[in-house]
Parts: sequence; C-alpha cells; structure tokens
Amino acid sequence: MNTTILLFLIQDGITNGAVYALLGLALVLVFAVTRVILIPQGEFVTYGALTYASLAAGRMPGTAKLAVAMGVVAFAFDLFAARKSLHARQIARAFTVNVVLPCAILALTYWAADHHPPVAVSVALSLLIVATIGLFLYRIAFQPLAHTSVLVLLIASVGCHLAMQGLGLLFFGAEGQRGPVIADLAFTAGPLRFSGQSLAVYGITIAFITGLWLFFGLTLYGKALRATAVNRLGARLVGIRTSLSGQIAFLLASVIGALSGILIVPITTLYYDTGFLIGLKGFIAAIIGGLVSYPLTAVAALVVGTVEAFSSFYASNFKEVIVFTLLIPVLLLRSLAAPAVEEEKD
Amino acid sequence: MNERWPILIFAAVMAVIPSIPGMPPFWIVLADNIGLSALVAMGLVLLTGVGGLTSFGQAAFCGFGAYTTAVLTTAYGVSPWLTLPLSLVVSGTVAVLLGLVTVRLSGHYLPLGTIAWGLGLFYLFSKLEFLGRNDGISAIPPLSIGSFRMLDPGSIYYAIWVAVLISALLTLNLLDSRTGRAIRALRRGHVAAEAFGVYAPRAKMLVFIYAAVLAGLSGWLYAHFQRAANPTPFGVQVGIEYLFIAVVGGAGYVWGGVLGAAIVVILKEILQSYLPMLLHGEGQLETIVFGILLVTLLQLAPTGVWPWLVARLPLKLSRRRLDTTLALPARLRPAGAPSVLLQIENARKQFGGVIAVNDVSFDVQTREIVALIGPNGAGKSTTFNLITGVLPPTAGRISVLGRPMGGAPPQEVVKLGIARTFQHVKLVPDMTVLENVAIGAHLRGHAGPLASMFRLDRADEAKLFAEAARQIERVGLADQIDQLAGSLSLGQQRIVEIARALCVDPMLLLLDEPAAGLRHMEKQRLASLLRALREGGMSVLLVEHDMGFVMDLADRIVVLDFGTKIAEGTPEAIKTNPEVIKAYLGVAA
Repeated sequence: MNTTILLFLIQDGITNGAVYALLGLALVLVFAVTRVILIPQGEFVTYGALTYASLAAGRMPGTAKLAVAMGVVAFAFDLFAARKSLHARQIARAFTVNVVLPCAILALTYWAADHHPPVAVSVALSLLIVATIGLFLYRIAFQPLAHTSVLVLLIASVGCHLAMQGLGLLFFGAEGQRGPVIADLAFTAGPLRFSGQSLAVYGITIAFITGLWLFFGLTLYGKALRATAVNRLGARLVGIRTSLSGQIAFLLASVIGALSGILIVPITTLYYDTGFLIGLKGFIAAIIGGLVSYPLTAVAALVVGTVEAFSSFYASNFKEVIVFTLLIPVLLLRSLAAPAVEEEKD
Repeated sequence: MNERWPILIFAAVMAVIPSIPGMPPFWIVLADNIGLSALVAMGLVLLTGVGGLTSFGQAAFCGFGAYTTAVLTTAYGVSPWLTLPLSLVVSGTVAVLLGLVTVRLSGHYLPLGTIAWGLGLFYLFSKLEFLGRNDGISAIPPLSIGSFRMLDPGSIYYAIWVAVLISALLTLNLLDSRTGRAIRALRRGHVAAEAFGVYAPRAKMLVFIYAAVLAGLSGWLYAHFQRAANPTPFGVQVGIEYLFIAVVGGAGYVWGGVLGAAIVVILKEILQSYLPMLLHGEGQLETIVFGILLVTLLQLAPTGVWPWLVARLPLKLSRRRLDTTLALPARLRPAGAPSVLLQIENARKQFGGVIAVNDVSFDVQTREIVALIGPNGAGKSTTFNLITGVLPPTAGRISVLGRPMGGAPPQEVVKLGIARTFQHVKLVPDMTVLENVAIGAHLRGHAGPLASMFRLDRADEAKLFAEAARQIERVGLADQIDQLAGSLSLGQQRIVEIARALCVDPMLLLLDEPAAGLRHMEKQRLASLLRALREGGMSVLLVEHDMGFVMDLADRIVVLDFGTKIAEGTPEAIKTNPEVIKAYLGVAA
C-alpha cells in the first residue's frame, strides 16, 4: 500500500466517521435523557437528506405533510392527556405548537418547492420539517411509554423505525437521490483534496460535540435533562418537566440526524432505507461510548469510519460484516466492566 | 392430565383443518407460515418473555438451519431427514459461540449486540459463494416418507404442525421444572437465583441455545417447504418481526407465541392484499401500518393478547396435589457440643476510598442466634454480602466449620449450608408462593433440562414440592401456597423468603431485616419460629432494626458503626454499653 492510498482511506474514514459521530452523539443524547435507544435516528437522516434534495430539485417533499398529520395526532394526545383540566391557554399553546407550526411550515414548503429557493432556505426548511417530526414522534410514540422499561421502549423504537421507513419509500420512491453541495469550494494539500463539503462536515461535527458537551456539563437546562435520565420521579419532584426534557432531546436528535443527512447527500446517493445502516454505525460508536460519554463516542465514530474505509478497500464484500462484528468485543468489554450486582426492573 | 385437554383438542382441530372440504389451499399456506413463525416465536418466549434476554437476531438461526440442509441436500445429496439433526446441531453450535460473547451482556447491551451479529450474519449469508450469495440455493428436495413426497403445502403442513405441537409440549414441560423455575427467576435479576445455587450464565446460555435450536428447526422446515433458501428471510428485519410476534401474543406465554404468529401472519396477509387497493400507493405500506400497530399495542396492552384472552376464558387450572410424605435427604450436621460454625476474621471491604466493613471479626456458634445491629450505613448488609459471596472481601478470612471459603461465589456458599433472605424482597412476583419457595431447594434436585422436557423429572419434582410445601407450612403460610408471590403483603413476602431459605436445609440462616413490615403478632410468630429452628440445631445470624425483637430473641449481639465493630455481647450487656448508646443516640451535650 502506498502513502497516497493510506492517506486517502484515512481521509475518507474521517469524513464518514464525523457523520457517525454526529449520529452517535444524538443517540447518546436521546438515551441519556429518555432511555430510548433511537433506532429511527436513521430515518431522521434520510428524511433530512431527501427533503433537502427534493426541495432543491423543486419537488414537494411528503415529509412536510407527515409533520402536519403527526402534529394533529400529537394535539389530540395533548387534549386527551389534559382532558380532566382543560385551560384555554393550554389548548391554545398546544394548538400553536402542534397544528399551526407544521401548517405554516407546510405552506412555506409549498412556496419553496415552486420557487427554487437558495440552498440556505432549503436547508433551513428541511431541518424545520424533520425537527417537528422528531418532536411529535416523541409526543405520540414515546411520551405515553416514558415510565416503561428500556426493552419496551426499544421495541417501540423499532416499530417507529418500520413505520417511518415505509413512509420514506412512499414519499421519496425507491430511487436514490443526491442533493446540491452546500459549500462549493475545494483546495488541495499534498496528495489530498479537501472539498468544502467535507470541511463543513468536520466543522459542524466539532461544533456540535463541543456544544453538547458544554450544554450538558455547564448549563442548568443540560443538568435538568441529565437528572431526568437518572431518576424521572426525582426530577419531577424538584420541578423538572420530564416530558419537556424528552421533547427537547428528540428535537435535538432529529435536527442532528437531518443535518447529517444534508451533509452527506451531496457526497453519496441516499435511498429511502440508507439511513438505517448509517444510523446503526452511529450506534456502534454510541455503544462504544457506553451511551454516556460524548468525547468517547466521537473518537469511536472516527474509528468506525476508518475501519469501514479500510475494509471497503481490502474486503469490500465483507465491509458490513466487519463493521458490525466490531461491536461484539466492545459490548463484551462494556458488560464485563458493568457492575456485577445489577438488578433489572420490569 | 386435566391441563393437557386443551392441547389435545387444539391438536385434533389442527389435524382436521386440511381435510375440511372446500378449504382454500392458500389458507393452508398461511397455516404453514404461522407454524414456522410460531416455532421461532416460542423460542423467543422462552428467551425474552421468560428469561429476559431480548434477541433481534433469531432469524439468523433460522438461516443456519435452512442453509445447512440446503447445502447438504443439494451439493452432497444427503437425505433431508439426516440433515435435520445436523441443522439443529449447527444452529445450536452457532448459538454456543455467539452466546459465549453475547449472553454475558447485561441490560440493553444484549439486544443491541443481537442486532449487530444479526446484521453481520445476514451480510455473511448474502456474500458467501457456497451459499449462492444473494440468489441463495434453489431446488432443495422436498421431505419424503417412503414414496410419499411432501410437495404441496397441504402435506408439509403436518410436518410443520407436529413440530410446533411437540416443541410447545417440550417447552411447557421445561418451564414447569426445576430448570424452568431457575430460568424464570432470572428475569428479576440474578442475585436471588444465584443465592440458591443457580448459575445465571449457564441458565441463560441454555435458553439461548434452546431458542436457537427451535429457530433452526423452523429454518430446516422452511427450506423444505419453500424448496429454496435466500438471505432475505434471515435478516434483522425478519428478526424484528419474530420479536413482534412474541410481544403481540404475550412474550411470557408459550401459546402466546403461537397466537401471536397467527395474528401477525394473517394481519400481514390482509394488509399486503388490501392496503395497496385501498391507498393505491407503491409497496411497503404494510410496514407502515405494522410499525404503527406495534407502538399502539405497546401503549395499550404491553403484556400481549394471550393473557388477555386467558383471563376471559372460563378455564381453571387444577391445583397441584402434593404428597408431603416424600422427603429429600437431609444435610449431615456436625454432632456433639456447640462449636464455631461461622468465623469471620478481620473481614474488610473497600469501595474505592470508602471502607464499608473495617476489619470486622466475630463468630456464630452452632445452635445460636446472633444479631448484627447498628445505625444505617454501618455495613451490616455489606457484611452479609461478604459472607454469602455476593461481594468478594478486600481482605480477611471467612470460614465455615473451620474451612476457609476463600471468596467462593454465592452458588458455592449455599452448598455449605448457608441460606439467606434479602433486605429488599427478591421473589418472582408472577410465580406462586410454592414455586418461589421450591427455588430454595434447587440444589437438592437433580433433574436436568433434557429430563424435564421429557417429563422424566416427576419423582424429583414431587420431592422438591413436598419439601417446599412443608417449609411453607412451617412458616405459617399454608393458606397462601397457591397465590402469586407478588399478591402478598410485604411482611408475608419476607416470610416466603424465609421459607425459601429453609428449603436449602441450612445450618446457618442469614436474615436481613426479617421483621420489617411485620405486624406485632407476626413478629412474635417469627420469633418463636426462629427459636424452634435453634432448638432444631440451626444457627441464625440476623440484621434487624427492631430492638425489642432483637433483645428478646438474640443470644448474642454484634454492633457495627461506620463499618467497625464497636461492641459484642449479650443483649443485657449491649443495652448498657456506652459506646452503643453513643452510636445510636449521640453524645450527651
């Protein structure tokens, strides 16, 4: 192997790894706050990427309509949950967040799809659409299950993944799509060529990692979210609204997912079901990070990306086999390190 | 035989279904598919619902079953009947290898691990040359008996459903046995089961292999039913579907697996044939509805359809009749004058910088009740955990009858005749009092899983239950014997724990706050029971906060404070000991 190939593989690995790191972070975030292992994270990626690609191509993405539909259901859930004590202000607030907001976004999307908006507008709209979907997904699917075990949440998460992947096929069809690049510049350093896109990937990843780390470590709100994760009852007793924490976590996760999708869709062709595999690789990183540590997750993601790059070069047929088997020794080490006296609750 | 009737009726109904005139052949195909899924789901019931191990990767084991027979019958011309045991052995062996790395995983790492190897194996199936890559292997010969070849869905129907019924019976037998109780106890954590001699990793491995072999059987049947094998039905998506089936039917119930398979297969068929007509959309609409239904089901009925159905049927299970004259061999006890039974010398336990137990020494003689008291956080429960092997001591020596235990695990400690109860009750709430108590006699039974599956364990079982019933009567809970442990009051649950510990036939009984939550009369009954046990030759070491109870009962008291022993002596001496008074009430100003 010569140095150029080596450097090229490493660069490729780091670019992939950066995206996995973003996803891994989102997974850690959601798990830490809600104990949900977010399998539909991959769908946030595809939704974000394909919504962006559709808008850029002047097509109307079905995700905007999905957001409205989910908003209406979420509103119904809110009304049902508060049926014993309905206040006009509360209803108005729920109506604004759950119905007015997605409808406004839908109207904007209709307009944008016809007028070939600039890249920034497409990106912003795609993020908004997926963010609302993430928010409503928590409200509809997970908030009613918030008190149950990690296992029940995990199975529900799988259900959401199936439904959202099916919807993805409905919205975007079976063909793959690519989107326009975000930053159209490039320069070379030695044998390597850096595109603006890959630099954007690095920059945004680093910004998010530091941002989340600071948010959870230093701000009161971040600490409140962590407190919810450790003990829901305790958090409620000290005045933290646990359902709000969950919604914030899902909101952040869906934005991160959509953003990663938008970042990679100019580099690789995405299909309606690609997100699942990408999400799972983020998972491997998240699990190596023990679902708790942000910096460790980021490092692990880079390792996963690099292993993937090298194995696709040397044994491309067995690329996925190698990447997924990488998880087993890690899991083993993790569970050996876990405390021996562990009691599971139902 | 009473409880076998529904099964016989079910078998009879299934037997006549194909011969009903005018039965559409397509329904038979559905019934075949239901049977194939039910086999895998049954394994998952045992693995996930009963054993608490979630696996998304069961479809991969079907793959091993199917590909084994596919390769051997097509490339080497081996008879399908010869490949059956081989298919089962291959899936079982793969389960052993995967189990060695995954079964140890705790909590949510296990399901994630199964997703990982499920995906890995799927890609392996679709990339390997000799498995035909993505196209798979076709032209697999059908099953045949003599000249009768099971070519159509109606004839292999019998092979599939005979397999389902036999597997269901074997699984039910396994669950209703010594091994089955050990497996059922694991879902609520290992500590209690391990304290009575169950090796948790071994029991988990057993269910893991069992589930994999059932999946392998399903895969073998699938290969000869479809007469082809390709990677698609062995991927993680299908694995998820199997888990869905188990959850829908009722993950804790063997028949729930069969019912769930019926519901899901039929529902999927309806969705696939009618949804496109209804919505004019392109493909995969059923997955959307499927996913939404799954989430809805979890929100509305997290325990599944089977328990809901059973609660509405006028079925009453007949009470188990027990022959209490049967006896288990008793433990050999040292005869003669009182001697030191348990000796603790300079036991020490550190958690990082915290010294929970600081060079504590004391002993327990035969026929003696010793109480371990001290304020909260004094290290009493940690001392218990050191004695029972739950925690290894940092330093010091603990010996039983002069033999040092040398950091033996709980399963070995209980063999020495030391049985315990827990400060926080650790019973299996959805098992009856009798079954819970019988776990205590786990080490006194000998029937293995295979014997249990084929009902060769009945003599052994009858003795275990007789012993359990005797101990329940001894502690005064004979009226509650068939109630679910979870339905008793906390005080009664503590007494059940004592009965379970007595089933060990112990020399030393360790009781962690046995009187907490008991009413006055119950406390008095407990005290007289403990005195009777002492007269019978047993020793008792108890942690208790109720001073009246302790002072009345104990022969000797050891007082701990901040991990250090501050006093030891008779109740009278302890009552007036200035150090003890200081620890409990502080220094007078």
